[in-house]
Amino acid sequence: MSVISAPDKLRVTPDAIEEAAKLLYIRALKILPDDIKQGFFRLDSTETDGLAKSVLATMIENIAVAERTENLLCQDTGIPIFNVQIGRDVEVDGWALKQAIARGTERATREHPLRSSVVHPITRVNAHTSCGAHVPVIHIDFVETPRTLRLEMIPKGSGSENGSFLQMLIPADGLSGVKRFVVDAAIKAGGKVCPPTILGVGVGGTSDLCVHLAKVAATRPLGSVCADAEGAKLEVELSEAVNSLGIGPQGLGGDSTAFAVHVEVAATHITMNPVAVNVQCHSARRASATFTPEGVEVGF
Amino acid sequence: MPCTEADIRKLRVGDTVTLQDTLFGIRDATQIHMFDRGRRTRFDLNGHAVIHTAPNVRKVEPTGTNQAGYEAVCIGTTTSDRMERFTRPLMEREGVRIIIGKGGLRDDSARAFQELGGCYLAVIGGAAALETTWITAIEDVDLDDLNPESLWRFAIRDFGPLIVGMDAHGGSLYRDVQSSVEARRAAVLAKLGA
Repeated sequence: MSVISAPDKLRVTPDAIEEAAKLLYIRALKILPDDIKQGFFRLDSTETDGLAKSVLATMIENIAVAERTENLLCQDTGIPIFNVQIGRDVEVDGWALKQAIARGTERATREHPLRSSVVHPITRVNAHTSCGAHVPVIHIDFVETPRTLRLEMIPKGSGSENGSFLQMLIPADGLSGVKRFVVDAAIKAGGKVCPPTILGVGVGGTSDLCVHLAKVAATRPLGSVCADAEGAKLEVELSEAVNSLGIGPQGLGGDSTAFAVHVEVAATHITMNPVAVNVQCHSARRASATFTPEGVEVGF
Repeated sequence: MPCTEADIRKLRVGDTVTLQDTLFGIRDATQIHMFDRGRRTRFDLNGHAVIHTAPNVRKVEPTGTNQAGYEAVCIGTTTSDRMERFTRPLMEREGVRIIIGKGGLRDDSARAFQELGGCYLAVIGGAAALETTWITAIEDVDLDDLNPESLWRFAIRDFGPLIVGMDAHGGSLYRDVQSSVEARRAAVLAKLGA
């Protein structure tokens, strides 16, 4: 058996990955994607509560101040998460890629400088690198797109991440159990998770997959719809329900509790009915770099 | 700042307040060390306001007006709920009058504010770029080994407007919203068929 390295492969060097990881961490902390900005204006146009409207106005002002002063949107630099999509005609040294992402993260932290929000879970010691065991969190996926390598960076703040919940419901609890769990999770999170939020809901899978899907849902761009028809229906129903609770931006009351509820589904076991909620706060930050043979394109 | 108990008792839930001069930054580890591990601070917090934060800072050469040797990169506010149990000791032992945070505190804090004359001011969480413009300098730092969860002394100008979320008369905007949300829950679930 022989292994042939074809000439039409995309090769990305570890140095390029390291530079991109550094740039994306800083960029994500400073510039909010357009879909989120538009989400603010949409909420503001339908908000009926006076205090809630002033809270939304302050959040909108903050986005402008961050861009004008080139400062961070939020002091919480979060847990760094990288989603990597590797096209089928990409040649990559996976191990070098992981090391390069960690080096880029550490350099962003030291050179900007950024607050390192990462500590050892038992000693609570902060290495001031934003890195540690299994951090940055890196998810790697292989995709059909040829000669394309995409790096997406998501800094996940703790206020909203602390509003994560998993429940291993049973089949007899049905879909109504799932809906009840999501509504109660939103109530329990209240204003602590910095609403308006994107509420990510995972339905099905195993316990770990369910929680992962909730995170995928929470960090999906606004305007995107669940690929599963039943999941998409659930998104509309739950979004209306959550925004009827009156929690409001910052939990101070109002209509604007969530930009949207996003749902991701996975097949599950005949005896299982897992549901997970993961919250994305109003500072729904993300940044991406896409490598192709033409070069690298930076966006959201 | 600092202010008196009488100043605080004039405030009611829903009022807006803007602070001047001095503000202290604290967080989880700051208070765990101060109250669980018996460490003391050289700062006098009597009559002062503390904010739940952990800033992004840049290290610089200390000077006469900047003894800390830090300058602000981005300073914002964290979720207060995790620090609920420290409200009373902050007030009783250190004389703190105002806690600034986001997301609100619970009933034990409401009772402490009522009994001891304190209040909770809500800042808009996540709006840290804006908040940073209200801070003119990092004047000093104590418990520096806990960085970024040290005890910070900030010089402030026109810090706010902040919303009185909990007052010294037992009022709490968070409890009011929570009760209203609980009251709506049954109707919301019924509409979902849940």
